[in-house]
Amino acid sequence: MNVIQPIQVPGKPATATLGLLDVDIHPRPKSLEEFRPFLTDRWWQHMLTWGMRQRHGFTGGSPPFPKAQPLASRRDSWPPNGGTPCSDLDFMRFQLLDNYGHDIGVLNPLQPSGQGDRNNAFSAAMAHAVNEWQLEQWLRKEPRLRGSIVVPYEDPIASAAEIRKRAGDPNFVQVLMMSRTAEPAGNPRYWPIYEAAVEAGLPVAFHAFGYSGWAMTNGGWPSFYIEEVSEHATSCQNQVISLVVEGVLERFPALKIILIECGFAWLPSVAWRLDTHWKHLKSEVPHLKRAPSEQIRQHIWVSTQPMEEPERGQHILDIFDWVGWDRILFASDYPHWDFDDAREAIPGIIPKERRAAIYGGNARALYGL
Amino acid sequence: MLAAARPIDCDVHPWLPGTAALHPYLDPFWRDQVVERGIGSLDTQSWPVLSPKSIRADWRDAKGRGADRVELLRAQSLDRLGTDTAILNCLAGVQIQLNQDMAVAFARAVNDWIRAEWLDRDPRLRASIILPMQNIEAAVAEIERLAPDPRFVQVLVLVMGENPLGKRTHWPIFEACVRHRLPLGVHAGSAYRHPQTSVGWTSWYLEEYAANQQAFQSTLASLITEGAFTKFPELRVVFLESGVSWLPSFLWRLSKTWKGVRFEVPWVDRSPFEIVREQLRLTVQPFDVPTEMVPRLLDQLRGERMLLWASDWPHWQYEGDAALPPGLPEALLPRILRENALETYPRLLQGAMV
Repeated sequence: MNVIQPIQVPGKPATATLGLLDVDIHPRPKSLEEFRPFLTDRWWQHMLTWGMRQRHGFTGGSPPFPKAQPLASRRDSWPPNGGTPCSDLDFMRFQLLDNYGHDIGVLNPLQPSGQGDRNNAFSAAMAHAVNEWQLEQWLRKEPRLRGSIVVPYEDPIASAAEIRKRAGDPNFVQVLMMSRTAEPAGNPRYWPIYEAAVEAGLPVAFHAFGYSGWAMTNGGWPSFYIEEVSEHATSCQNQVISLVVEGVLERFPALKIILIECGFAWLPSVAWRLDTHWKHLKSEVPHLKRAPSEQIRQHIWVSTQPMEEPERGQHILDIFDWVGWDRILFASDYPHWDFDDAREAIPGIIPKERRAAIYGGNARALYGL
Repeated sequence: MLAAARPIDCDVHPWLPGTAALHPYLDPFWRDQVVERGIGSLDTQSWPVLSPKSIRADWRDAKGRGADRVELLRAQSLDRLGTDTAILNCLAGVQIQLNQDMAVAFARAVNDWIRAEWLDRDPRLRASIILPMQNIEAAVAEIERLAPDPRFVQVLVLVMGENPLGKRTHWPIFEACVRHRLPLGVHAGSAYRHPQTSVGWTSWYLEEYAANQQAFQSTLASLITEGAFTKFPELRVVFLESGVSWLPSFLWRLSKTWKGVRFEVPWVDRSPFEIVREQLRLTVQPFDVPTEMVPRLLDQLRGERMLLWASDWPHWQYEGDAALPPGLPEALLPRILRENALETYPRLLQGAMV
């Protein structure tokens, strides 16, 4: 059982304790009705009849791998006044923002968001609606929150238009994609998204999840939820590899990529592998001028939840060294079951000033907040 | 320096020059099919013959091909490095076939080609049995057919197949492996049933080669979570050409998730770390880690008994005769070069070699 106990620091307000900037909070609508004002009649009817149609077989939002618990959420995160986890701003304030003393929390709306829907036009209509809903239901009501621009990423032109529509609005701090796209994220078809993000001065965040329509491993469909969770890391690895090898990071020197809920202890080995074999395959990819590891170090940020747990605690320091101490952002993943408690999540062996950077400093520098 | 350790090379690749080489080993029906239908090359996109990676430049003939005769292996690798024993892993496109009857015929023919034209011609050679994974019964039958020959020391599958390797449908193969003390060799490469990434087809070969690293992670996750290691505690799995450096962080993640959702896979009754240290082995060519990081990576891995030396001939992984990845500590070399292989492959001691 989780015990709700606000951080107590004598003489200081809770909000001043950690300087927390949490890059991963998942708001949900209490019901789809909340999207009604932002959808045309045509798409509202479409949604009621057909619902979300992801690139897998189930309807009604059922995932192909059943979660470990309902909505993959903490048992105690269902609001007492009804609704689903993180659908009630007051309860979310109580359980998260006030409890841990968040300075800032970044919203990453997952399904039902229409992202990755098989119908691009519906996905675009939903992205617009979800962004308006973030403003209306969350961002204008709670100054500690920031939003992510949800884009219909399988339609990159429509995505770029959605980004340009929101550019300059300080409520939105990043562009949000899911990690499982229908083609590798570096593929030139997605470049309009990166172009628009750079133009707007916004990072592009890849949050684990989504359904690419392909098997969840390159050797076929696994059996278990535990494998699905494990495969988030491999699909993000594929995305990093694609972004590097397709030349996206060299094409857009100002592009900032954030990997959310993908883990990160694997990032050094991906960089080393690319460096090793790039040397032998340079003739295939003459467009790559700089070593992949350099590009990764410059362009990629990662978030803490879930942070890999080494057998010997101090080995995590190797990883932080290799990834870059200035590249690691705190994420709680509220309200999901694998939520990280800010007070416990960052290992005590990490020196105080580096902890402070992870809790908020790195993210403030990245987002310019 | 290598020679003094009497090294065992756990991964060399005889290159099948084409189906013409298989004619003596195909029955009349399949010989006729191969000729009448013009089935020539069994090269796959995992190893395009002219890719710089596939055959090192100084090991190619004028047409750019190579590695297709035992004399080349002797001259380019065994004699130069002073190799005591080398294990042949042929990567010809057998598992890619969509017609399972053809796959079975080709697997048999490739295995017989290996036996007659490589094993019989150099006493230093051992080989893996290529399995037609399209038909599990036939794969088991192929193991039974060749197991009496002690020079076959392993079975060989590709890391990207039709289904994740740990799935229960594959277990009769594992049973046969245990019965005959044959490790299950899993080599980089794809049967092309799926794109090389879970997010679709890659544009570049560099991405495709890199993606083997993800495939090894998925395969290991499957073998662990399906319970294959638990069901077959004597099964040894050898990851060939995996790159190695992905393993510690993968285990950190999987074991953390396992703690959270182990109720889903209650048959996994030991920590993934424990399972892997006991039952998994990896060849160290390539070794995807900068030299100066090797000690820290090895400290994370604690895999003194897990690493096996390989040259990966004729793939281009090193220059000159520097076939040992730099940075490996001196004290570990006897294990990596020889002792670990002898522990992993019990049949090495059963054959002529002592």
